[in-house]
Amino acid sequence: MAPTKTASVSGRKPAAKSAIKSASKSSAKEFTGKNTPDFGKDQDLHAYREMLLIRRFEEKAGQLYGMGFIGGFCHLYIGQEAVVVGMQMAQQDGDQVITAYRDHGHMLATGMSARGVMAELTGRKGGYSRGKGGSMHMFSKEKNFYGGHGIVGAQVSLGTGLAFANRYRNNDSVSVAYFGDGAANQGQVYESFNMAALWKLPIVYIVENNRYAMGTSTARATAQSNYSLRGSSFGIPGIQVDGMDVRAVKAAGDEALEHCRSGKGPIILEMLTYRYRGHSMSDPAKYRSKDEVQKMRSEHDPIEQVRLRLIEKGWATEDELKAIDKDIRDVVSDSADFAQADPEPDASELYTDILL
Amino acid sequence: MPIDILMPALSPTMEEGTLSKWLKKEGDKVTSGDVIAEIETDKATMEVEAVDEGVIGKLLVEAGTENVKVNTKIAVLLQDGESADAIGSSAPAKEAPKAEAQAAPEEKPAAAASAAPVPAQPIASVAADPDIPAGTEMVMTTVREALRDAMAEEMRRDEDVFVMGEEVAEYQGAYKITQGLLQEFGPRRVVDTPITEHGFAGVGVGAAMAGLKPIVEFMTFNFAMQAIDQIINSAAKTLYMSGGQMGAPIVFRGPNGAAARVGAQHSQDYATWYSQIPGLKVVMPYTAADAKGLLKAAIRDPNPVVFLENEILYGHQFEVPKLDDFVLPIGKARIHKKGNDVTIVSFGIGMTYAVKAVAELEKEGIDVELIDLRTLRPMDLPTVIESVKKTGRLVTVEEGYPQNSIGTEIATRVMQQAFDYLDAPILTIAGKDVPMPYAANLEKLALPNVGEVVQAVKTVCYK
Repeated sequence: MAPTKTASVSGRKPAAKSAIKSASKSSAKEFTGKNTPDFGKDQDLHAYREMLLIRRFEEKAGQLYGMGFIGGFCHLYIGQEAVVVGMQMAQQDGDQVITAYRDHGHMLATGMSARGVMAELTGRKGGYSRGKGGSMHMFSKEKNFYGGHGIVGAQVSLGTGLAFANRYRNNDSVSVAYFGDGAANQGQVYESFNMAALWKLPIVYIVENNRYAMGTSTARATAQSNYSLRGSSFGIPGIQVDGMDVRAVKAAGDEALEHCRSGKGPIILEMLTYRYRGHSMSDPAKYRSKDEVQKMRSEHDPIEQVRLRLIEKGWATEDELKAIDKDIRDVVSDSADFAQADPEPDASELYTDILL
Repeated sequence: MPIDILMPALSPTMEEGTLSKWLKKEGDKVTSGDVIAEIETDKATMEVEAVDEGVIGKLLVEAGTENVKVNTKIAVLLQDGESADAIGSSAPAKEAPKAEAQAAPEEKPAAAASAAPVPAQPIASVAADPDIPAGTEMVMTTVREALRDAMAEEMRRDEDVFVMGEEVAEYQGAYKITQGLLQEFGPRRVVDTPITEHGFAGVGVGAAMAGLKPIVEFMTFNFAMQAIDQIINSAAKTLYMSGGQMGAPIVFRGPNGAAARVGAQHSQDYATWYSQIPGLKVVMPYTAADAKGLLKAAIRDPNPVVFLENEILYGHQFEVPKLDDFVLPIGKARIHKKGNDVTIVSFGIGMTYAVKAVAELEKEGIDVELIDLRTLRPMDLPTVIESVKKTGRLVTVEEGYPQNSIGTEIATRVMQQAFDYLDAPILTIAGKDVPMPYAANLEKLALPNVGEVVQAVKTVCYK
């Protein structure tokens, strides 16, 4: 049986206890809310900035969608910011990131520019895909970001392929493949788990369990809602992590990446997280109560947790935090201005980039 | 400056909505994320969140107002230190500029989709086959050996090339196409996969996105249907969706089409399926020389290539030039036999019927020009058109289903581009419109036959 650890869980009990009791025990150190390693001042300030950037960026994207500047589907990451920011803090240069369509946060976390992402959302020339990809399809070779995929679960096999390339080249890089609780029910996820375990591929599978696959709650969609156990039949270890606490994410990420780099093969991190907004911009989110959303926002908000710590520890004053907020608003406003003013791609782009 | 709050579009199709309820009143302080109103869209009741911090200065549209157009100013938010008096100085209510064709801002007329003419599809020029030096030794080779040699040569040439698939290594290939590769290149580069088409196709594409050059073998293309999402949505489209940043240099290869007596699920020709997809190249060779030269080209190609082989052809022998590096151009048809009376266009195993028909027709004094397409995408239509201009008559031959076949595609394009040169309607010979039956007699009936081809040629020649 794969070792499974339980991290502190915000607002709910770890499913491991009720599911497979023997699997929830592990000799390795446990991540609990109490002994989550603290961040230093710089780490907390960094995490605060990065998460706030994603939050403000997404709010602005929602606004631009409302104004008709962004078309089609637009999936916001608000609420889940600690997951990508904590993981990014644990990664090293060369590690690849791949995810599905709720991808703006992942891109910003890898260091892709707010202007380039926002301009892609508005379908403009200066967007990362020159306006031809849109919200769900963006890539950056420079930042090792491999998309941005609109087919639920496809990125899990692709991410496994990135890990295959790392092993083939015998380099030190790890592939970090994100997918949701919804994608976790796709067949190719298990096909990938099998190959990754068989070939000991360096990949961290991150299940962003935000409790809803579009409008279907995990309780209604899955027979095993402890996603950290989903690799157990392949011998892939899994850890449940409080995905609302950036420190817990970073600590789990450190351990998972070390596991992969030391040649032990794949590992699963189940991030217990929550999306505040609907599945996409046109989702009224009637499948959950307002109280549920409000409770997460007021008690577990990933950014507020860091903000309170910064104040409590005297690492930042209200005024200093306000100044950070203003800096970030400026970056986001600038990206929105750019994304509205930048021209659409030239008509000649219709037939470019089909074949090399 | 006070901030205008506009009526938001909350679905891809919403143009107006009902402002059902205000959840904040004038003078209320709001921070980003606060729900300020409820709006009824064409689909649902949605909550509107504030994006900026401030104090609600004025509500401009009353709760319950219907048909509020998207981007109408519905409220004004005051910033730190501003008073409601400042509202008068804000810009008068007007529809904010919208992206795309609906209301293109004046300074960028190019944004109006309707104004932009559709650019012409560029036509890529394709090099001719390389000259084979006089005196080059020609070696009788099976298609099977030619494919193996092509892979081995490319693997020797480029460390990034590897082959993966079911039974490709230890078993030496379900159809022995990868025979000997494991012994020469080892298990790192000749990778046995579990039976997991969807998964290993995705792994292959991911490895290609990372810069490796995988050859993914499907035991047959019938099983690639489980993986077709990765072939099309991931491999073929990524270059375009990434604005040219990231592609997938990958070859998907394996036997395609009917074998013999294996029934409906194992007997299907996917030529026309893949040939429809922009972002893919599709190759379907007939001879061993073409199999070798085109597979080497496919492995070197920076784009995803679907390489359709045929189990029955694996054992056929052809002359292959003995050259150190024999590479053929993808996208170029080959004139298998020159002729003047009528054109037959075929490819892959369809050529076996065509070749026999040509011999029979010759006895009857009909001089056929036989074109082997070799590549289905990009399709070498100019070679076909040129031939039809000479002969005025055209018959196509393939094993796949008749509806939306390669033949019907060629017929359409020849009709559009060489109508005045045609002396007879184009006839298309294809497999019958039925799932492949198992019974020997029915299977024979379901496939094209030489007699049909001969008859079709005579018909277009009015003989």
